[in-house]
This record gives sequence, structure tokens and C-alpha cells, in this order.
Amino acid sequence: MTARRVVRYGSLAYLAVILVAPVALIFYRAFEHGFGTFWSAITTPFAVHALQLTVEVAVVAVPLNTVFGILCALAIVRHRVPGMGLVNAVVDLPMALSPVVVGLSLYLLYGTQGWFGPWLTSHGHRILFAYPGILLATVFVSLPFVVREVVPVLREIGTEQEEAAATLGAPAFTTFLRITLPAIRYAVAYGVVLTTARCLGEFGAVAIVSGGIEGRTQTLTQYVQASYENFQQTNAYAASVLLAGLAVLTLVAMTMFRPREDTRGNRSA
Amino acid sequence: MPRARRRALGTPLLSSGLALTYLSVIVLIPLAALVAQGQKGGWHHFWQVAWNPESRAALKLTLGLALAVVGINAVTGTALAWTLVRDAFPGKRLVNALIDLPFALPTIVAGLTLLALYGPNSAVGIDAAYTRWGVLMALLFVTLPFVVRTVQPVLIELDLEMEEAAASLGAGRVTIFRRIVFPHLLPALLSGIALAFARAIGEFGAVILIAGNQPFKTEVASLYLFQHLNGGDTQGAAALAVLLLVISLAVLLGIGGLRRWATRHDR
Repeated sequence: MTARRVVRYGSLAYLAVILVAPVALIFYRAFEHGFGTFWSAITTPFAVHALQLTVEVAVVAVPLNTVFGILCALAIVRHRVPGMGLVNAVVDLPMALSPVVVGLSLYLLYGTQGWFGPWLTSHGHRILFAYPGILLATVFVSLPFVVREVVPVLREIGTEQEEAAATLGAPAFTTFLRITLPAIRYAVAYGVVLTTARCLGEFGAVAIVSGGIEGRTQTLTQYVQASYENFQQTNAYAASVLLAGLAVLTLVAMTMFRPREDTRGNRSA
Repeated sequence: MPRARRRALGTPLLSSGLALTYLSVIVLIPLAALVAQGQKGGWHHFWQVAWNPESRAALKLTLGLALAVVGINAVTGTALAWTLVRDAFPGKRLVNALIDLPFALPTIVAGLTLLALYGPNSAVGIDAAYTRWGVLMALLFVTLPFVVRTVQPVLIELDLEMEEAAASLGAGRVTIFRRIVFPHLLPALLSGIALAFARAIGEFGAVILIAGNQPFKTEVASLYLFQHLNGGDTQGAAALAVLLLVISLAVLLGIGGLRRWATRHDR
């Protein structure tokens, strides 16, 4: 079985060179001068503020995209209303789009020359280089995940139970709460995990709209970039390890909620 | 039955309307603003701004790198999926979970980790910082899961009986792969490739630290856009962004077409 060995060790070696070795080294670099150095690097005022801002954005963006993700999925699968084909197509767009294109779009819309910018500025609302801009960029890029996970499950469970509940006199919202939601809960959970990971890690779109002002509009990913470019590599590595730790937690949650392979097989059969 | 009528008419319209409004505010209106700004001075002016030697070099490099990424991923992604489905070795579950790491890891961290190992202070004596090889490596890092995760479920479902039948009729291993396994994997492989291609075209966070600021050398399209916006050339940035938007739309349409083609026997 030499061919099998070649494929096995070849593919695993590729994984090690591209992925495992670099990520392992960053953990080593962050802790090579001891835990104290790491701790003081992630507790600088700018780092703490960056983490705080990142969390503040995620706690709004994730629920927003969860609620509207479920709503969009219902609209795509259950409601045959004109315009839903467009919704279905647009939902995938943020996944295929460069984050800098997203950032630039928001920059042009809310900037001083943009459609909304002058009106909002004259009414005292600041979008760019402030929290709302960062939030809008994050919501944009993390929009598809819940929809994409819930849509196939909604298709699979069908409408029989929902119709039975409606026949027995349950209002639409009760039917959703008691029948639909329990059936899609794992898909929603999986989508929420992916959305959270994307919200915490977004860089490109936020880099354009936030301005990255230290201690004010700098998110944790931007803190990593700024630290590295200012030759404060200890800070960059420490913050990276923090983000990588969150990514590992995400992986654990993903393995827990992942749609099982056997159900996937049944779905297409 | 007033309630039943409300279910059939009121609720779907309300939730569909809400979904459409949300998508418009978050996604469609900003993109419309981008297109409007991009062609503000007319399409002739648009091409003048979008099509200069530097942007051409950036687009050429981006497309070249994306094609290289796609070619490498087609081979390594299929091999990894094959290893995870058909092979057995200790630690397989861990490797399977690790495949998703590039999805979970922030892109800027991905770039930094690659620089730590293959950068100026490299532990293995390779310095790929500010080179095209470094950019290629960053793109390979972030696109690693796409082909594996699209091919893997198809491999799991693939019936071993056909391969056994072919083997019993005297087909060699290469022939079995080429004539039986590969045609089944092709639709999934192509859609994984398309996703990786779209990602490679637009990637920014993973490449910014490795590429540095070097027009004509390591400046990919997303970096061109960022540098020109920072330099005050909003028109140039918007023009290139419109081109990137068109590429993304084309890839999405391609994937949709592929799905329809792959499931043509089910309908």
C-alpha cells in the first residue's frame, strides 16, 4: 500500500508546513519569555480597549445576524414571495466579496461625499471612524453564516409538522417556537459559532472604516497589525495568541455542532 | 378562517419584507454606492482610472496567484479529503478538526503566524517576507479548507462497490481513480475550487503583513485598493473595487450553475 502512504504523508506534510507549524510557533513565541511577559503584553491599555471594542461589536452583530439569518432562511425556503430569488443570491455575496471592497462601499456610502454621509453628519451621527461603522462592516461580512446553515435543514424537515400545528389552531409564532426552532437549533448554533468567529476576526473591512485610532476605534485584529508594524512584536504575538485561543474554542464548538456526516448522506439520498 | 389567512398572507410578506430590507440596508445599498461612485465620471473615465499599469500589474498578479492557489488546492485538498475518508491513522479526528482552523483563525493572525516561521527571523532559515512566494503561502493557508470540505462528503457517500467491481475486472489504481472516483468528485471539486478562487482574489488580512507595500512586485488587487484609498485616490480604489465585485459575482454565478449541473439528474 505504498500509494496510500504517499498520499497520507504527503497531504499531512502539506498540512504541517502550511498550517500547523506556523500556528504552533506563534504560541511558542508568545510564551518564550514567560507567562508574565505575555500577560503584561495583553493587559496594556490599548490592548484591553481593543479587546473590549471587539467584544462590544460582536455582542451586537451576532444576535442581529442570528435573528435576521433565521428570518432570511424562512423567507427563502418557506415563503414563495417574489424577490426571494434575489435574497437567495445576495446572501452569498459577502462570502465571495473581498473585505476591502466591503469596507470601501461603506466608506463611500457614509463618507462626506456619500449618499447618507452629509445628512447623518449634519444631524450629529458619526458612522465612519466610529463604532457604528465598525459594526456595519462586521455585520456585512458575517451575514451569510446563519442563513447558509439553516436553509438546508429547513428544506430537509419539510412542512408537515408545521402544517399539523397550524391545523390544530396554533398561531404562526407558536408554531415557529415549538416546531420549527427546535428542529433547526443545531444548525442555528453552528451558524452562530461561525458568525462569532468571523466577527471577532474581521480585519479588512474594519480596517477601512474604523481608522484604527489606538484606544478609540482600534479592534483587536488591528491592534495585532499596528503592533507588528511598530516593531512591538511581543504585543502582536500575545494578542494573536489570544485570538488564536478564541479560534481554537470555535473549533471545539464547531466539532460539537457540526452537521453529522451520516445525516448529510441521508439528506442527499 | 381569519387566522389561516393571516398565516398565508400577512406573516410571509412581513418576514420576507424584513429580510429584504435588512439585506438592502446592510449589503445592497453600500454596493450600489460603490458602483455609483466608481462610474461617476462615466464609463470612459472609469476605464481610464481602472486600467493603468499599476492596477494591471496588481490584477495580473492576483489572477496568477489565484490560479496557482486553485491548482495546488485541487491536488492537496483532494489528497487530504481522501486521507481523512479512506485512510486510518492515529490522530485522524484531530487532523479533521484542524482543517477548519483557517476558517476560525483571524486572517491577520494567519499572516503573522506565517511571518513568524517564514519571515525575517525565521527558525528554519526561509525568508519569504515581501516576496510573491510569501503571498502565495498566505493564500494557501486561508484557502486550505475549501476543497477538503466540499470533496470530503462526496467521498464518504461514494460506493466502494463500483471501485471493487472495476478492480475485479482488472483496472489499475490510477484507472479506477481517473474513470470512477474522479468523475464523481468533479462537481464538488469544482465548487470548492471556485470558492477558493474567490477567496484568493479578495484576500487582504493574511497578505498585508507578508506583502508589505511594493507596487508591481507583491501588490495584489486588495492591497492596491487599500493603498490607493489611503493615498487619497478614492476614484482609483472604487474603480478597482467594481472590477473585484464583478469577479465575485461571476464566481457566484458559476457556483450556482455548477450546483444546477451537478444535481441535474435529481430533478
